[in-house]
Amino acid sequence: MSGDIITVKHLHFRYNSIEVLSDISFGIQAGDYIGIVGPNGSGKTTLIRLILGLNTPANSTVSIFGKSPAAFTEWYRIGYLPQKLSFLNPYFPATVHEVVSLGLFSKKKFPRRLQKSDQMKIDEALRLMDITDIKNTLIGELSGGQQQRVLVARALVNEPELLILDEPTTAIDPEARDHFYHTLQDLNLRKNVTIILVTHDSATIGKYASKLLYIDKKVIFFGSFDDFCTSEHMTTYFGEFAQHLICHRHD
Amino acid sequence: MTDMDILSALQYAFVKRAIIAGSFIAIVCSLIGVLLVLRRLSLIGDGLAHVTFGSVAVGLLLRQHPLSVAIPIVIVSSIGILKLMKKAKIYGDAAIGIVSSLGIAVGILVASVSGGFNIDLFSFLFGNILSITDTEVYTSIGLSAVVLFMIVFFYNEHLSAAFDEEFARVSGIRTERINMILVMLTGITVVLTMKVVGIMLTSSLLILPAVTALQFSRSFKGTMVISACAAVTSVITGIALSFLLNLPTGATIVLINFMFFAGAFLYRHMTQRGLH
Repeated sequence: MSGDIITVKHLHFRYNSIEVLSDISFGIQAGDYIGIVGPNGSGKTTLIRLILGLNTPANSTVSIFGKSPAAFTEWYRIGYLPQKLSFLNPYFPATVHEVVSLGLFSKKKFPRRLQKSDQMKIDEALRLMDITDIKNTLIGELSGGQQQRVLVARALVNEPELLILDEPTTAIDPEARDHFYHTLQDLNLRKNVTIILVTHDSATIGKYASKLLYIDKKVIFFGSFDDFCTSEHMTTYFGEFAQHLICHRHD
Repeated sequence: MTDMDILSALQYAFVKRAIIAGSFIAIVCSLIGVLLVLRRLSLIGDGLAHVTFGSVAVGLLLRQHPLSVAIPIVIVSSIGILKLMKKAKIYGDAAIGIVSSLGIAVGILVASVSGGFNIDLFSFLFGNILSITDTEVYTSIGLSAVVLFMIVFFYNEHLSAAFDEEFARVSGIRTERINMILVMLTGITVVLTMKVVGIMLTSSLLILPAVTALQFSRSFKGTMVISACAAVTSVITGIALSFLLNLPTGATIVLINFMFFAGAFLYRHMTQRGLH
């Protein structure tokens, strides 16, 4: 699949002899907005981790910008938001400003010192996520929703070509969630940022994503949301009532 | 005790040597300590101190300067802890426990078999910075400068890995290398610290200034600065008090550090109550 920025071919992954992903194949092109959906334990997060090289498959079947994750070095092209805030130490003494600045280090050569021009990028990311007024607050003193917005700002600060977000809206209130999805859509449409968004929120993602990847340890569906709505998989996995609800909202 | 007493203490060369070397070691301990506490590796200092005990015994047996024997052994042991955590798939505390008990066992065995140097070994267990020699001062300053340089040079890498190791990896930071550097620097620091507070109390100089700073710091950089200030103040005050009141220096330094922590803890809770 030439032109793909991410290619996954016949990917299998086992964890402690349990098959987590089986024969996964798909390609993502520049400018795509992909929603990855599926039930709990379907392997969504594992797939993201394999793409980013945080887990390693037995056979190398993943390529990112034309290279295997192990050989990939241009990490500044990617913005990443991990799934859970559980890693976050509530007593970690870092300000919002310090946390957002961490997103810039991937573009820096050793010893990764920030320049004065980087301040503008940090300010822009803070403004975009509406957290400028709390930039000097410690991350541990914020609510879950605010912490999530800080981490999204950290993913955005480097102006990445590819944004990978693993359940980014779980701790965000509905109003902020709509604003967040609009911001992503704007980045996708105006700046051609490729977006991969893992979510349980199938109904909402349908309004924004250009493609849907539905997995349940294997690929159930990969294509446009409209095609998904008319496919048998929709009623199989969500039921007829859900089909009406999700696809009606999409229209 | 008057100001004159304290000033008169400074006229002694051995007190000056102790303050100079102690301050350098305190700065290094306090900065490494912040990184270890935030990465939940506080006990690695304790574990490596136990290895230091074993390697000092080996040094005394071989009639070598304990520092020159302890540093390579403790560095290798610190790498061993990392490797055990990764390769043997065991938690950090268990890996530290294995290496720590091995160090103690070797120390006891060597001391028992050889005999004759138990008194020297005890002096390392409890430390005595007032007896530090010129050579040890230069070695301490030199090694402290190396550790300090490595912390400053890799500051952003340490911050990123301490906050979120997976994100650091996706930022292209080689976290395995950073972890390796951190444990090796910890090894050097632990060996240096045995002269200040002794092997038994080494981890206190790593942990207490860091947790004191965490009580009221408002940024990562601020935590580093407050931790360093607390550590240096405690060492200088401890040396002065122990000299003037004829107290054991290591224990005095640790108790002052604990008082700083208790004060910071109480201050934070009182101000928080005042706010709410």
